[in-house]
Amino acid sequence: MALDDVSARWLADLGATGAVREASQRRLHELLLRVARAEVSRRSAQLGVTGVELDDLAHQAAADAMLAVLGKLATFRGESRFTTWAYKFVMFEVSAKIGRHFWQRPCVSLDAEEWDRLPTVFGFDPVEQSQCGDLLDALRLAVNQELTERQRRVFVALVLNGVPLDALAVELNISRNAIYKTMYDARGKLRAALAAKGYLEVERG
Amino acid sequence: MNERLAAFLRTDPRDVGCDQAMEILHVYAELVAEDPAAAEELYPGMAVHIRACGPCATDLVGLLEILRSTNLP
Repeated sequence: MALDDVSARWLADLGATGAVREASQRRLHELLLRVARAEVSRRSAQLGVTGVELDDLAHQAAADAMLAVLGKLATFRGESRFTTWAYKFVMFEVSAKIGRHFWQRPCVSLDAEEWDRLPTVFGFDPVEQSQCGDLLDALRLAVNQELTERQRRVFVALVLNGVPLDALAVELNISRNAIYKTMYDARGKLRAALAAKGYLEVERG
Repeated sequence: MNERLAAFLRTDPRDVGCDQAMEILHVYAELVAEDPAAAEELYPGMAVHIRACGPCATDLVGLLEILRSTNLP
């Protein structure tokens, strides 16, 4: 794929040697830091930190994104502008750092099971809640009977206890994708179980 | 059936998952910034995933905000 001129310049300068390479790395780091600062600021409510601590997080995210970009430079195929590709790694690093930060001041335990939160999680109003007691009981039964231990653990953490997905990935030391896939499969099982009991229309096809 | 619960339980086999979504996030973001409908048409599995996955959606929104900001290249 043909590179746009600016992206081609970035690749040439970062792949050069000596002063050209150093200057381009400085420029890139400045850009990544600006993006990281904007992103942590946008997500500061999630973090509950401000000021120096927030800026420190931006610096860490920018530094790690820089390493990722330089390490993956050969894989950049020019499907987007170079800077868009590079900024993507800042987003990933900010997400990972927010996930790690969650456990510095955890407000939930992985061992807790907040079943009482289920109606709130799914936004049941009081009328719905009184009418759908059987459905919620069936859902709880399906979680306990149909899911594997790992799926159940992920469901409890994400849905009942409100642990952010990236924070759970950090805690279990597995990827975001692995957590998502576990939950995806669990959702399918729960849907099938509720459909079998007549709470949902059975999927065709 | 409560709509939020129904949406939570609904899975779509086109969903590409997080690994693939993270792989093409930069390409998809530029397409969305240009024409959201065209992006969805070109990458339906990505669009499905972004609707279902909070963390990937958050990363996309952050990248889009950067692309739309006027003071960054």
